[in-house]
Amino acid sequence: MTWGVPVCRLDQIEVEGGVAALVDGAAVAIFRTHDGNVYAMSNYDPWSKASVLARGILGTRGDIPFVASPMHKQAFDLRTGQCLDDAAVRVPTYDVRVTDGMVHVGGPRQENP
Amino acid sequence: MSPHLRKTLVVAGHGMVGHRFVQAAVERGLTETYDLVVVGDEPRAAYDRVALTSFFEVGADELSFLPTGRYDDPRVRLVTGTEVEGFDPETQTVLLSGGEVIPYDELVLATGAAPFVPPIPGHDLDGCFVYRTIEDLEAIREAARTATVGAVIGGGLLGLEAANALAQLGLQTHVVEMAPRLMAVQVDDAGGATLTRHIEQLGLTVHTGAATERVLGEERVTGLALKDTGPIDAEIVVFSAGIRPRDKLARGAGLELAERGGVLVDERCRTSDEHVWAIGECAAPGGRMYGLVAPGYAMAEVVVDALLGGPGSFTGADMSTKLKLMGVDVASFGDAFAVTEGALELVFSDAVAGVYKKLVVSGDGRQLLGGILVGDASAYGVLRPMVASGIELPDNPEELILPTGRGAAGVGLPDEAQVCSCNDVTKAQIVAAAAAGTTTRAGSTCGSCKAQTKKIIEDYFVSQGKVVDTSLCEHFALTRQELFDVVAVHGYTRFDDIVEAHGTGRGCDVCKPAIASILATQLNGHVLEGGTRTLQDTNDAYLANIQRNGTYSVVPRIAGGEITPEGLIVIGEVAKEFDLYTKITGGQRIDLLGARMEQLPAIWRRLVDAGFESGHAYGKSLRTVKSCVGSTWCRYGVQDSTALAIELEHRYRGLRSPHKIKAGVSGCARECAEARSKDFGVIATEKGWNLYVAGNGGSSPVHARLLASDLDRETLIRYIDRFLMYYVRTADRLQRTAPWVESLAGGLDRVREVVVDDALGLGSELEAAMAKHVDTYFDEWKATLDDPEKLVRFVSFVNAPDTPDPNISFTTERGQVQPAESDGPVSLGSTIPVGAPR
Repeated sequence: MTWGVPVCRLDQIEVEGGVAALVDGAAVAIFRTHDGNVYAMSNYDPWSKASVLARGILGTRGDIPFVASPMHKQAFDLRTGQCLDDAAVRVPTYDVRVTDGMVHVGGPRQENP
Repeated sequence: MSPHLRKTLVVAGHGMVGHRFVQAAVERGLTETYDLVVVGDEPRAAYDRVALTSFFEVGADELSFLPTGRYDDPRVRLVTGTEVEGFDPETQTVLLSGGEVIPYDELVLATGAAPFVPPIPGHDLDGCFVYRTIEDLEAIREAARTATVGAVIGGGLLGLEAANALAQLGLQTHVVEMAPRLMAVQVDDAGGATLTRHIEQLGLTVHTGAATERVLGEERVTGLALKDTGPIDAEIVVFSAGIRPRDKLARGAGLELAERGGVLVDERCRTSDEHVWAIGECAAPGGRMYGLVAPGYAMAEVVVDALLGGPGSFTGADMSTKLKLMGVDVASFGDAFAVTEGALELVFSDAVAGVYKKLVVSGDGRQLLGGILVGDASAYGVLRPMVASGIELPDNPEELILPTGRGAAGVGLPDEAQVCSCNDVTKAQIVAAAAAGTTTRAGSTCGSCKAQTKKIIEDYFVSQGKVVDTSLCEHFALTRQELFDVVAVHGYTRFDDIVEAHGTGRGCDVCKPAIASILATQLNGHVLEGGTRTLQDTNDAYLANIQRNGTYSVVPRIAGGEITPEGLIVIGEVAKEFDLYTKITGGQRIDLLGARMEQLPAIWRRLVDAGFESGHAYGKSLRTVKSCVGSTWCRYGVQDSTALAIELEHRYRGLRSPHKIKAGVSGCARECAEARSKDFGVIATEKGWNLYVAGNGGSSPVHARLLASDLDRETLIRYIDRFLMYYVRTADRLQRTAPWVESLAGGLDRVREVVVDDALGLGSELEAAMAKHVDTYFDEWKATLDDPEKLVRFVSFVNAPDTPDPNISFTTERGQVQPAESDGPVSLGSTIPVGAPR
């Protein structure tokens, strides 16, 4: 049995872009950064209470890769889901792997609340 | 307090000082106990008399302190166009010219001053004017239509303002001054001579030491007879030989007056009657009259303070002056004539450059006592506070006025230094406001301390370790304008190339959309092509406006607000089919809300097939050109405003810019299209079109200002082309046209130089850039529908494109859908809290 849920081909995600995928009924945002990494976190923006994070702009703050919510621009660390504008806010992240050009999403990470 | 216990305060006079009194009374809570009745004899509410000369340029609205004609506080009643005929201290009542009698508990006289017209023969002939009110200026302008030569009697501050006005009206202008020099009160002989040279270079004729014996003419003015010299021809004569306090009311009521006129008041500005106060130019605290606005403002504050039981007092004023007369800086401050015992003078004079500077210092050379600056008053902002605060001079005080070297800017001000004399704001107050994130009134009256204030605020932030820079973001140490030029010079088409060569990191939500906008302006390609898709904000990325629940709104273009019944039916059908909420926008078009991202292509397919195109409501680009029905239908219209609005909207549609651009065209001066609240607004005249620029609504509303009048269609379009391209190329990110114009050195004058006078020779380049935009325009929604690659992304989930986002649900209100809010992420299969996905 393969690891996680296959959601799309890697080339379906633009470099510095994101897509939303349905994983076990939940909306997950999957991002691809310029350095070739792939990250996954909940698509739900806790600030605007809308499922939109996959539509945010990707960038860097110092060395931190982040996505800015398309609604009100709060930034989230792609690696941890930590909101960079409010230490108390964090978005659940998911394990993600790319195998043979396919993106697979695993379960929510353990450290998630 | 119950209403019948409220007291009444009457203010006689609604000039600058009367207005300031009301402002202070409202701000400090005096209206909690008093109803205010303010009576002004001019036909309009208070306006900026200091800036009166700019009336010809900007009009009365721009000068007004109360464009709405009333105060927001309902406890203040403003009566204009009405004289106070008199008052009776016994019965405590005032009588108005309309016959109304108003009882008062307190009365504040703020009637100002009147120009002094010397009783020489002929002073009342047709063609003689004074220079005090907007009506005076209107009358002068009317008379100037048929005149070629004008003369001003009086070469003081106001006389030179009046002379400037005559010269602006195209008259050959004489200035006749009895004293041996111009501005005799403010500057010395050498300074006056420098000033005379400047003014004569501008084409005016200056006669100093010249007494006017009579005004020549039978019914109308034909000239002036001057003592000792020959007569001069003139068809207009403006008297500006000083002012006299308007103290008639106090005289009639038997109050004590000062020897040389003016209502005598104590240091609380109270007259000889305990319930009557006097402020401004009609008042004479300690017997002395003050003919400047700053002391008047100070008196207004003192009276408000006294009525509130405070300790404030008026003990004299700083009579320092700084102004720009016909482009010439003149400043005079402190002991300008070195009357202090032992005072020394340091003089710098450059006759070629037309600069004269004098410092008056104490005998030991340690303290600055005063000074005079003509031709270059840039040091005034630093020098004048040094006098007021008594700060010790540096070792080489001459460096303060030398054109090279460290200059005045290197000298720090003490905290108590008064920076804004009009509003009595100190450096410490400016710094405190900057720290608290608020503002002061510094710079809001005469504006002479604006640069100084800005510098103090910048210095404060630097001292706090904050870098005041204009960098776009952490990735680019460039302003948007610099970035625009860099992209143009190198011909970049990709973000990657730009950030690698000129930036750091991988960009962010600030620089990426800014660069996408710059690339869109320069290349006019599709915003979703050439790797720019990931740079776009979600609105541009999906060519629709994101709403609070993650759905989008759809706004087809309805140019000029004109739409056929067939078009309306299509929009209605689309809304019904996709169950969209519909609302009419402020820009005369129709908003369709609640579209799921994956529905956008199908919605637009229907709209495009029916002949609609993108309305760019989602872009930082031209939104709408609003119009009225104009001369086609309206019985008042003088031009076809609808046709012009449609033409302009089609011309500038799709132009990507630093911020949204809104426009309007009105078919007559009634201005039903509200064009003056737009980035550019066009108003029809009998002869053509007036062009207004740099207005906006929103949180800081600004009226657009007149750029050019009575233009034909071609010239109008040429000016708008230039204006918009100049804005698009040089404005900051997210800076609308009003703050952009404000930020330009020279402001609107600068814009006029570039757009109307073509002073930089940029005109044809700007027009060519706009012509390219017009030629390469295409509808980006149609292009998106025609390209399967662009459509790929319009899916809810990459692995379940037909499954709607379960987070989006709706309720129904007033017969239409509305977003229902969720408390947390909604998964498929879990209970959905409100409403149901549709």
